[in-house]
Formats: sequence, C-alpha cells, structure tokens
Amino acid sequence: MANTREIRRRIKSIKNTAQITKAMQMVASSKMRKAQMRAVAGRPYARMLDEVTAHLSENSGEITHPLLDRREIKKRGILIITSDKGLCGALNTNLLRDVMKADTGNSVYVTIGRKGRGALARLGKDILADFEMKENFRFADSKRVSKLMLDKYLAGEIDTIEVYYNKFVNTLVQEPTQTQLVPIQPEMLGHTEDGTRKATEYIFEPKAQELLAQLLPYFVHYELYQRILDAHASEHSARMVAMKNATDNAKQLVKELTLEYNKVRQASITTELLEISTAAAVLA
Amino acid sequence: MPTLQLEIVTPEKKAYEAEVDSVVLPAVEGEMGILPNHMPLMTAIQAGEIRVMRSGKEESLAVGEGFVEVSGNKVSVLTEAAITIEDIDEGQVEEAIKRAQEALATAKSDPDEVAALAASIARSTVQLQLKRKKRA
Repeated sequence: MANTREIRRRIKSIKNTAQITKAMQMVASSKMRKAQMRAVAGRPYARMLDEVTAHLSENSGEITHPLLDRREIKKRGILIITSDKGLCGALNTNLLRDVMKADTGNSVYVTIGRKGRGALARLGKDILADFEMKENFRFADSKRVSKLMLDKYLAGEIDTIEVYYNKFVNTLVQEPTQTQLVPIQPEMLGHTEDGTRKATEYIFEPKAQELLAQLLPYFVHYELYQRILDAHASEHSARMVAMKNATDNAKQLVKELTLEYNKVRQASITTELLEISTAAAVLA
Repeated sequence: MPTLQLEIVTPEKKAYEAEVDSVVLPAVEGEMGILPNHMPLMTAIQAGEIRVMRSGKEESLAVGEGFVEVSGNKVSVLTEAAITIEDIDEGQVEEAIKRAQEALATAKSDPDEVAALAASIARSTVQLQLKRKKRA
C-alpha cells in the first residue's frame, strides 16, 4: 500500500490540473459566446444582401456569370477550417476523417488552422495556401481567403469552391459539414423574406448586370466569413465540453484518492494502537 | 418634411441607423446626393466618405466598398467596413497605413496580397483625411 505522503502529493497535483482545466473551460465558454454573438451581428447584412440580390435578379433577366456556371469538375478547390490548438476532443479528427473519405485525388486544398495544415502536409496533399485566423479576425481577413479562391476559380485553376468545417449545432453537438460555395446555387439567390414583393422600377448605376456581377463575390465573401465564425464557435464549445469532462474526471480521481488516503491513514493508526496496547499488555 | 431612413450594415455589425434629412454617397460613378422621395436606385460605392445631414447637423462616416439600395424613403448601405468620425483613432490609422505599406514593400511578388494591402491603405487614408478635414 502506498504511503500517505505519496498519496497526498498526487491529490495535490490532480487538484492543480483540475484548476487549469476549469479555467480553460470558462475561457472557452466565454469565447464561444463571443463567436456566436458575432455571427448574429452579421444577420442584418445577410438579410440585406439577399434583398438587394433579389431586386437585382428580378431586373436583370437571364443571369449569366462565371460564378453561376456549372462547368466540368476537373479540379476541386477545398477549404478546410480547423482549429489552431488542440484539447478540443475529436473535433478536428472527425472533420479530417470526412475530408479524407471524400478525397477524390483531384483536389487542391486551402487550409485555415494549424491542425488541418499539419494533417494534410503529412499526407502529402496539394496545399495551395494556408491562412491564419485569429480569434478576433475581421471580415477583411476572411475576405482575403475567399478572394484568393475566387481568383483561382475565375482563372480556371479550380472548378469548385468547397468548404469543410465543423457546423455549430449546439454546445454539445458539432457536425463536420461540407458545403459548396461556388458555383453558386441559383436557389440561394433572390429569396426575399416577405416573398410578395412587387416589382419596382429601379435606376441602376452601373447597369443591373454589372452590379450583380460585382455583388456575387460578396455572397461568397460573406458565406465564408460566417462559416469561419461557426467553426470558431464549434471549436470553443468542443473545448468547453472536453475541459468540463477533464475537470469532472479530476474531481472523481481526487475523491477516490482521498478515500484511499484515509484508509491508509486509518490502517497506520490501527497498527500503532495495536502496538501500544500490546506493549502495555506485555509490561503489565 | 419627409425624412430618409438610413441604415448602414457591415458583416460585423449594424454600423449606423437613423432618420436623416439627406445623404451624400461616394458612388462609383461620382458622388451622389440622396434626398427624401428619391426614385428607387441601386448603385455600387467605393471606399470614401458618407455625409449625412441629420436635423441640421452634418455627420461623416468612412466606409469601404459596397452597395446602396434606395427604395421608398429607405437608404440601405451594405459595406464591408464603416466607422463614424468620432471613432477614428488617428494614431491607430497612421499605424495601420504604415504597417500596410511596409507589408506592401515586402509582398510585391504576390498580386493578391498587393491588392488587399492597397485596398486597406485606401481605406485607412480615407479615414485619416476625413478626420483631418473635420479638425481644420
């Protein structure tokens, strides 16, 4: 049986660990809330973007634009959003497993997050670019990613823009999700909230077609921005849950060890008492 | 007198919302003044200054590229960044310009990088000019 001092030392070290994981849990939960709030703050923009596009497409007749064009897929452009840091459960592993399963061999990758970059580099995949997204990244930062991919798409180097990320469902559930941003699905365009909008005569400056051509990339920029926020929220909620489990486990361990410690202490007291009373009996 | 309902939104937040008397926009084909009862209009804007007349006082905002829709007496501005003049921190903006220019000097080879940095310099410069003008 281990001696009391050793057990005491273990208890102390586990308590320290629990304190750290508890702190990480709190930090993650506040960061998660922040990411969610930022995602909500972007809604008015999304709504207006939808409305403007709807009006434009009503007024510009048949739309033809490279971003709407479904061409033969020779090269897939895939963006993978993972976290920079670990300690967030199976979040990145699950996502990367999905990516590998869907890998058709004709893909080039763009990565956000150190975990995804590392995994793809180990597998020797074709990585086009790697971006860093810090906690408080701005729209302009995410726009650089979408801009790069759009340019490659328009130059014909890739034929799709797909995104793999962890969709935030709720605090306990994050789903690895794959979505296609480009070519833009026509259904995505031109739905207004009321649906019963009367056609109004607009002045367009420049022409409706040209305006729409300028507007479409913003769809992609915005969608990507939202997805990165979503991935951040997922990362933090996964970390929060992982850290909560770690804290709970540590507490459980401390409990068991305390019991053990008390048993050892009790045993040594009993032995001592026994020795004393034996000695007394012998002397008497 | 009727008023315009002006709304400026960015992907990050709703930057401005108020009843105003008139708006001047930095449209791609030149500055454009909007008064109440304007015809429905849609246009693209470039990085620049939005001037707002609100109950007799003039306010200014620096905005990035974006789009404007005027319909009824509602003016909606969709832009990637907007900042009111009071919020512009001159030192910070100068710093940003300097940083971007330094980065530009080292990033000459990558056209994407250069374009992004040039845009960010343009944005910051507009903010700075705006702030300086107000003080003069």
